[in-house]
Amino acid sequence: MGDRVSAPSTRAGTGPDAVTAPSLEVRDLAFAYPDGHQALFGVDLRIERGERVALLGPNGAGKTTLVLHLNGILDAGEGAVRVGGLPVERAHLREIRRRVGIVFQDPDDQLFMPTVREDVAFGPANFGVPVEELGGRVDRALEAVGMAEHADRSPLHLSGGQRRRVALATVLACDPEILVLDEPSSNLDPVARRELAEVLLGLGRTMLMVTHDLPYALQLCPRSVVLDDGIVVADGPTRELLADRDLLAAHRLELPYGFSLT
Amino acid sequence: MGAGHAHPLHLARDSPVHRLPPQVKIVAAFLGVVCVVATPREAFVVFAGYPVVLGAVWWAARIPAGWILRRAVIELPFVVLAVLLPLTGPDPRVEWLGMSLSEPGLLGAWNILIKGTLGVLTSLTLAATTSMRDLLVGLQRLHVPALVTTIATLMLRYVDVIVAEAGRMRLARVSRGHDPRFLWQAGATARGVGALFVRSYERGERVHLAMLSRGWSGAMPVLSTAGLATRRDWTVGLAPVGAAALLAFSGWVIV
Repeated sequence: MGDRVSAPSTRAGTGPDAVTAPSLEVRDLAFAYPDGHQALFGVDLRIERGERVALLGPNGAGKTTLVLHLNGILDAGEGAVRVGGLPVERAHLREIRRRVGIVFQDPDDQLFMPTVREDVAFGPANFGVPVEELGGRVDRALEAVGMAEHADRSPLHLSGGQRRRVALATVLACDPEILVLDEPSSNLDPVARRELAEVLLGLGRTMLMVTHDLPYALQLCPRSVVLDDGIVVADGPTRELLADRDLLAAHRLELPYGFSLT
Repeated sequence: MGAGHAHPLHLARDSPVHRLPPQVKIVAAFLGVVCVVATPREAFVVFAGYPVVLGAVWWAARIPAGWILRRAVIELPFVVLAVLLPLTGPDPRVEWLGMSLSEPGLLGAWNILIKGTLGVLTSLTLAATTSMRDLLVGLQRLHVPALVTTIATLMLRYVDVIVAEAGRMRLARVSRGHDPRFLWQAGATARGVGALFVRSYERGERVHLAMLSRGWSGAMPVLSTAGLATRRDWTVGLAPVGAAALLAFSGWVIV
């Protein structure tokens, strides 16, 4: 997938340094909402190209706030975010939003067009892909998630798992540097959950996955980062973090009943 | 084109009329209605010509006349209004079946009835041959302001989501013993509507956020070149309008 939908190399910021730059680099990121509530207190996070990282943490830890900084929806109070070497700044917000592909939790929020095909074409069209190339992009993205035969249907008539995969395709079609998934396994039945995991593993893309679903994190992400109270409190191999009962308990995380890692 | 969003006024067929680009059909329907409205009401003979033109379009579109006529009953409330005019209109009056009817009222009623009916039939023909999705595409191609078409597109997408949400909320109320039979018990329903509004508003914000994340800049990008109208499409599509224009013109000549 990554090779077939390759980005034009003429884009801003894809110089020689972009090849070696990490996919995502967050430095000392701090942010307070206008009402004074401080959500992030200096977050550091570096994700190399090709890594799959789970972002864990209890509700209210600042996970969503962090995600919204990655593509410049929220402006950093302090600190900096770089995506593939390109700083998140107003001047190249469009390129940043192409590079950071966020798949939101509720596919009904993401899929707003009357047909799947139009929805998948929406992103690349915004990012300047010529109309003649849109069809190919859409087909390849839908193929990558196994939804090619549903291109002309309304998202309304798809199952939850299918919608989730289409939402993923809408982002893949933009050829992002890093995929950011917000609770990808929520509301999925076990089969849809497994199918999505297979699709995600097959993409071979850099990924940041926000989740409460710890077994899913273990299955998909070799590395995990725990965020609590606006700072990174742990960063390491997922299996080691999830085996650390004290760490999990201290941050309101726990494996589902019947699970244990040793 | 535009599968998925079936609406009860659309009759999916494969006909030359269905295949015409939507913008052509919208313009043709609009101009057709303009011709009807511009015809003087006293030109009774001419009004017999319009149904012939419409009938020809239905034949080409393979729409049974009965299918359209059954859906034309939505016009009934206006018919009631038209029926009142001859009874309440000003003098001079004519006697008919023992009733005293106003002559200007009769003419006015005829005017509303025939022009309204033709307008409804034209709209129904457009709706029957064009899906909702295509209508929006057509409006977009006709350079209707992007804000309007975007709002309509979003409405088309989310109306079912919101209806489903309302259904779930009603189910949850009924499951807790709510059984509104009288007006004074409607309070919970009203609060439900309020909650639904807030939820829809919040969803709107989330949708906007998701759109921004995919590079939305305020204008809907062009997603496909399919269905751009050729000169031939316009010629074919506007042929019935030509006939209607001739009818309207002859109406002015004979009156």
